[in-house]
Amino acid sequence: MKNPEEIVEILKKEFPETKFELINDLLEKIIDTDPLTIHKICNFLRTNEELHFDSLMNLSGVDDANGTKVKDADGTEIINGGTMSVYYHLHSTKLKHKVTLKVSAPRENPEVESVESVWKCADWHEREAYDMYGFKFLNHPDLIRILMPYDWEGYPLRKDYKNPEFYQGMKVPY
Amino acid sequence: MGLLDKEFSDSNIVIAKADDLLNWARLSSLWQLGFGLACCAIEMMATSASHYDFDRFGVIPRPSPRQADIIIISGTVTLKMALRIKRLYEQMPDPKYIISMGSCANCGGPYWEHGYHVLKGIDRVIPVDVYVPGCPPRPEALLEGLLKLQEKIRNESMRKKTA
Repeated sequence: MKNPEEIVEILKKEFPETKFELINDLLEKIIDTDPLTIHKICNFLRTNEELHFDSLMNLSGVDDANGTKVKDADGTEIINGGTMSVYYHLHSTKLKHKVTLKVSAPRENPEVESVESVWKCADWHEREAYDMYGFKFLNHPDLIRILMPYDWEGYPLRKDYKNPEFYQGMKVPY
Repeated sequence: MGLLDKEFSDSNIVIAKADDLLNWARLSSLWQLGFGLACCAIEMMATSASHYDFDRFGVIPRPSPRQADIIIISGTVTLKMALRIKRLYEQMPDPKYIISMGSCANCGGPYWEHGYHVLKGIDRVIPVDVYVPGCPPRPEALLEGLLKLQEKIRNESMRKKTA
């Protein structure tokens, strides 16, 4: 069993170039790190004997909506700048410990390295995060929409998402 | 209706209007496209099962739209699914009937405001004969909907399709 503080220390030793920040003021402790190194970090977390995180319980996207909010031409609010985040909930079935990782990427071009090569189950999770938020998972084998139709425009769970008037000739609003 | 009350007492001849005979045949064997969408489909399956027994009205699920007379839209219709439903409907041979089951298929239901992916009523895509309200409707309500549809078919004419 390792607690998040110990895990951060191990990670800092293994990846001296990368920033690790322990977010302490939430219900659970979250390790904030770098989106373009996340695949290496995850691979280390999975293969290291002391950590052995063999299960990715969940991978989810979050729109932080921390950019500047401006009014569009038609009066609706859009968000410029700021970040969007991906959260990874890991669990070790052998050592029975858990950890949460977070990476933040710029909203305009949210590029995150794919962890599909580390845990196969990340494949569809990342496709869903791409579908709903527009994260670009680099080196993902098949990054296409999973829930919405392939020709859908926009990312529905972004805070400034606007419903389309029509889709394929069908009226969308009530 | 009333095929048997026009029967001659001493022979095997039954006299009826062609309309009546056709309508009676149609409404007594409404083969249903085996097709479910959401929680309403659970109620629809319960209606088909032994306790409520859809089969006593001649409703038998068919696996192909080419063999079906009726399609029950049982659940939330997403925009992605709406295109598929339209195609299934177009593949069914005439005469064909539609029962819209539950609030989602009627008008979008709980997704009417924030459901960016939900079609707000299946009647925006295909013509509906009977709407069954409820969320989800009980099997009794679906049976009532089917009886309403049978009533509608009973009054059809070969010259003019009304249902």
